[in-house]
Amino acid sequence: MSPATAAGQNRALRFFDATIVKKAIMAVTGLVLFGFVTGHLVGNLQVFLGPARLNAYAAFLKGNLELLWGTRIVLLVCVLAHIVVTIQLAQLKNKARPVAYVKKRNPHSSAASRTMYYTGPMIAAFVIYHLLHFTVGIVHPRFTEGDVYANLVYGFSQWPVSLAYAIAIGLLCLHLNHGLFSIFQTLGLAHPKYMPGIKKGAMAISILFFVGFVSIPAAVLAGIVHL
Amino acid sequence: MVLDSKVPSGPIELAWEKARFEMKLVNPANKRKFRVIVVGSGLAGASASASLGQLGYNVKCFCFQDSPRRAHSIAAQGGINAAKNYQNDGDSVFRLFYDTVKGGDFRAREYNVYRLAQISVQIIDQCVAQGVPFAREYGGLLANRSFGGAQVSRTFYARGQTGQQLLLGAYQALEAQVEAGRVQMLPRTEMLDLVIVDGKARGIITRNLVTGEIESHAADAVILATGGYGNVFYLSTNAKGSNCTAIWRAYKRGAAFANPCFTQIHPTCIPVSGDYQSKLTLMSESLRNDGRIWVPEKPGDRRPASQIPENERDYYLERRYPSFGNLVPRDVASRAAKAVCDEGRGVGETGLGVYLDFAEAIARLGRDTIEERYGNLFEMYERITGDSPYQTPMRIYPAIHYTMGGLWVDYQLMSTVPGLFVLGEANFSDHGANRLGASALMQGLSDGYFVIPYTLGNYLASTKLEKVSEDHTAFREAAESVNGRIARFLEIRGQRTVTSFHRELGKIVWDHCGMSRTAEGLRSAMEKIRVLREEFWSNLNVPGSGDDLNQQLEVAGRVADFFELAELMCRDALERNESCGGHFREEFQTEDGEALRDDQHYQYAAAWEFKGPDSPPELHKESLEFEYVHPARRSYK
Amino acid sequence: MKLILHVWRQKNAAAPGSMERYEANNVNADMSFLEMLDVMNEELIAGGREPIAFEHDCREGICGSCGFMINGIAHGPQRGTTVCQLHMRHFHDGDELYLEPWRAKAFPVIKDLVVERGAFDRIISAGGYIGVRTGSAPDGNAIPIAKEDSDRAMDAAACIGCGACVAACPNASAALFTGAKISHLGLLPQGQTERSRRALRMVTQYNSELFGSCTNIGECEAVCPKQIGIEVISRMNRDFLRAGLKDRSGRA
Ligand SMILES: Cc1cc2nc3c(=O)[nH]c(=O)nc-3n(C[C@H](O)[C@H](O)[C@H](O)COP(=O)(O)OP(=O)(O)OC[C@H]3O[C@@H](n4cnc5c(N)ncnc54)[C@H](O)[C@@H]3O)c2cc1C
Ligand code: HEM
Ligand code: HEM
Ligand code: SF4
Ligand code: F3S
Ligand code: FES
Repeated sequence: MSPATAAGQNRALRFFDATIVKKAIMAVTGLVLFGFVTGHLVGNLQVFLGPARLNAYAAFLKGNLELLWGTRIVLLVCVLAHIVVTIQLAQLKNKARPVAYVKKRNPHSSAASRTMYYTGPMIAAFVIYHLLHFTVGIVHPRFTEGDVYANLVYGFSQWPVSLAYAIAIGLLCLHLNHGLFSIFQTLGLAHPKYMPGIKKGAMAISILFFVGFVSIPAAVLAGIVHL
Repeated sequence: MVLDSKVPSGPIELAWEKARFEMKLVNPANKRKFRVIVVGSGLAGASASASLGQLGYNVKCFCFQDSPRRAHSIAAQGGINAAKNYQNDGDSVFRLFYDTVKGGDFRAREYNVYRLAQISVQIIDQCVAQGVPFAREYGGLLANRSFGGAQVSRTFYARGQTGQQLLLGAYQALEAQVEAGRVQMLPRTEMLDLVIVDGKARGIITRNLVTGEIESHAADAVILATGGYGNVFYLSTNAKGSNCTAIWRAYKRGAAFANPCFTQIHPTCIPVSGDYQSKLTLMSESLRNDGRIWVPEKPGDRRPASQIPENERDYYLERRYPSFGNLVPRDVASRAAKAVCDEGRGVGETGLGVYLDFAEAIARLGRDTIEERYGNLFEMYERITGDSPYQTPMRIYPAIHYTMGGLWVDYQLMSTVPGLFVLGEANFSDHGANRLGASALMQGLSDGYFVIPYTLGNYLASTKLEKVSEDHTAFREAAESVNGRIARFLEIRGQRTVTSFHRELGKIVWDHCGMSRTAEGLRSAMEKIRVLREEFWSNLNVPGSGDDLNQQLEVAGRVADFFELAELMCRDALERNESCGGHFREEFQTEDGEALRDDQHYQYAAAWEFKGPDSPPELHKESLEFEYVHPARRSYK
Repeated sequence: MKLILHVWRQKNAAAPGSMERYEANNVNADMSFLEMLDVMNEELIAGGREPIAFEHDCREGICGSCGFMINGIAHGPQRGTTVCQLHMRHFHDGDELYLEPWRAKAFPVIKDLVVERGAFDRIISAGGYIGVRTGSAPDGNAIPIAKEDSDRAMDAAACIGCGACVAACPNASAALFTGAKISHLGLLPQGQTERSRRALRMVTQYNSELFGSCTNIGECEAVCPKQIGIEVISRMNRDFLRAGLKDRSGRA
């Protein structure tokens, strides 16, 4: 592209088309999604407090329609925004290097950081399956509306399902491992002094989440959580 | 040809003021109607283009690199001088002027040097305002260091990257003008000829280095800021691309070439390690503050440094120059090193090197202090040579570093061709026969930021310039000769590569017109050069074609010009029967081997005029008066 | 020592290219990498073949001309070192090396290992400067600058514009280069007045050159010969976002 046309486009290009703004949207929506996942984890862990407790919690969520749909809408908007930006940036990424290297090594960066564009969509796929599994129930062996506890036990007692969950959660945690650090860079909050700390924090959280989530299917398979 | 230096009359302190007042001004509305060509984007070229763009001129700037930011100025390390006297240590414009004239061994034009010293002060202000991150003290004010040849601390620096930061400042100012549409930047474009119409410089012929296209560019004035010609020696501290083509073409079109034999040799460079060597790397002069220079006492002593006992070492500088010791000026230190190596006492595989030893300093000051002072230099040395100066002494050897000679210019920086201005290292400069450290950056920026904006305007306002366009016959004629030359290079299809010729030429010039010169050495060199040039034109092998990127072809053109320049250098050195600054003629030295100047016969700038390929050039002399600094012999004993 | 080289050969921007195999037979450990190529080129010419084109000038690691991939790493294995300063003692007899040009849409290949990096100049030209007319500057000591600030500005200003950051970035992003200049000028008091304008314009230019977006991967800082850290990217993001929110029109 000639300097002239480049300069021309440059002027025309608007603030909201800037990749940095797109990245900021990623960061904010990612943060919201992270917030949900956190809450969701806490909620789900109540499975260890017995059926009554968990079902009551689920009922409470379901009971309060404003809250339920409020959250659902916010989540939906965030996931969509997050996904739309992903698609836009992925297209740019492919345009930006039309000819690939014969040999390319990335010895200094984390796999998590380089796979964001793959782990992301996989998470999306998982969430869809997950909704059909536990919310709608159509891919569930014996789904009973409202009896979340039973749904979990029956759902996870099929070990391939549990395995699938474990893998998906693994991907999510990988995604978070880089994502949580990345937020600070993207929003311009990074400082050499405390970045190492933030990296460690992101690592700790993602491991914690993995253990937390996976403990549920694991417990079901191990018979610790049963009817 | 008459050499009119156009220095103003009256007291030197007011000369520049007076000259500026007497200059004609261009009506602001008319400025954009004037087309100005600036060849070169180094400190001189970039600062000129930026400043002229700001004034509203219609500027085209050229460089052969892929970006103006890569001009060789980027490599300058040490710093830039200015008579700010922030240190309150007795510096002043007059002292900087004095040091420069004396350092130049009384072969520079006083009025130019004084102006340089005056302007030095504004340069620092300008660069700071541009965001050049000069070193600072904890109080937040600018820091200074002292540099060779001065007793005051007046050198401003940005780590070991002063040239880089100054150039980026000028480059950014240039790019701002590109954005403003006042400067058109043409990188990867090499000037191959100067076009003269009715005796005035009216344009250039260039080659687009990517497409090979030969293009014509017409203008109302041409400014050359194309740097030094140190690469005539093949091995030098200059960037590989540095060349003399632009000024040499101008010379052949009638611009006088002054003092070609004044070349500067830097004493502390990393020695040659093998015949594949492509360039030499400078190690900052500051190392000599703490390092001790020595060689083994006995010739041919091949033991490693660590095994040579103290009493078998010869600290020759301390021995010969008790008062200055290791801190003698560049030219003296360099010659002394050559002398001991000629005696067969040089160190390293090639025997061309001397030790620069920090063992004593480390013992005295501790490793930490040394690391803090020279850490980055030691690193660079280790990266290149593979051994650590903390354990074994550095090996250093002199190398060509700077060329004081260049196109002759008057006080207005205009060459003997009207409308052709020359800035920076490319002109014969304000440094006389020897340049003091940290003064070249100062000169480049002074020329570009603060002199040319006035003198160019004066020329344009006071000269009748008829319209000239690219289809003028002069352009067609010049373009044809350029095309012819390129075709010739490609047709020879001989056996030898251009590099092998360049390396051999460099060796001849280095041996006979380098650190020390003799009449018969110079004569034989001129003969050898002619012979080699014959072979060059008959046995050169340039692969590829002329219509795409062809680096061999580019170098061939530059080397062809180096051949001719080399001969002129020898001729100039032969003509100058004295020793001064960087020019040391063995016949003219004191009994104890010091340079012997001859002010009675040689107190002039030698300006050579091209007289055609088959007849020798004609020498014109601009005699130099010294009203303010009285010539004295330099002694460092 | 002997080396086997696989080098990308491409006649010009239009022509297709391919990897070609060469043998470098008498390699000396004290040679620089470029000197190794010089010697090989001399042999190629002698053998009537076209030498390998690569960019270079200062050969001191400061001009930023040189640079290509060596076995998938920009500027080769030694950290904080450009190819012109990389020496052969870091390789071993029999090593097999793959040399490729920088790969990015914004850096089209001109020939062999030479690419066009004009996009960098256009990014600077869009706002990478402090607008100060020659002669209008106040005294150099008029504005004191804390040593820490000027040192940090210098760290960012050390960028040599080589393009290794883009080459190494899995997204071919120029965030490190752009961030370095925005940080250099943004850290200095002189740079404050144009700070917003600079960020908006430089970033929009870098986007319109079709560089990729930064995912904060960090390969760039690892290959940067001047070891500029990715905090400059964060600083760029902050300046840009702040500027954009201040500037309602949303125009750059
Ligand atoms: C290693 C080293 C360290 C140094 N350190 C210092 C120091 O500490 N202090 C100091 O004061 N000085 C120092 N110097 C000297 C100083 O750097 C130079 O003298 C000065 O930078 C020259 O600037 P310039 O603008 O005249 O030319 P350059 O910076 O060399 O620029 C030449 C320009 O002309 C262009 N050009 C050349 N030929 C052509 C052509 N035919 N067609 C088109 N374009 C062309 C080039 O592309 C380039 O843009 C050092 C020099 C070296 C080699
Ligand atoms: C619960 C689900 C998710 C969470 C918690 C989450 C979280 C995050 C976070 C915090 C970031 C960092 C943003 C930044 O770089 O500043 C991020 C980035 C990213 N996310 Fe997600 N995300 C989720 C789901 C998804 C989905 C479904 C996709 C894709 C379909 C996706 C694709 C991406 C991509 C590609 C990035 C990298 C963006 C970039 O840095 O350029 N994410 N995510
Ligand atoms: C072992 C891990 C998990 C378990 C046991 C689990 C369990 C459940 C259950 C039982 C529901 C249905 C609640 C109801 O309908 O009342 C649900 C809904 C949901 N889960 Fe999970 N979940 C897990 C992991 C995840 C993960 C990793 C994500 C995100 C990436 C996620 C996202 C969702 C979403 C978006 C809903 C829909 C909420 C709504 O109805 O609005 N879950 N989950
Ligand atoms: S940031 Fe580093 S890698 Fe990128 S261009 Fe500058 S110096 Fe090269
Ligand atoms: S590697 Fe690329 S993704 Fe960003 S942090 Fe560096 S530019
Ligand atoms: S050639 Fe200048 S940086 Fe390598």
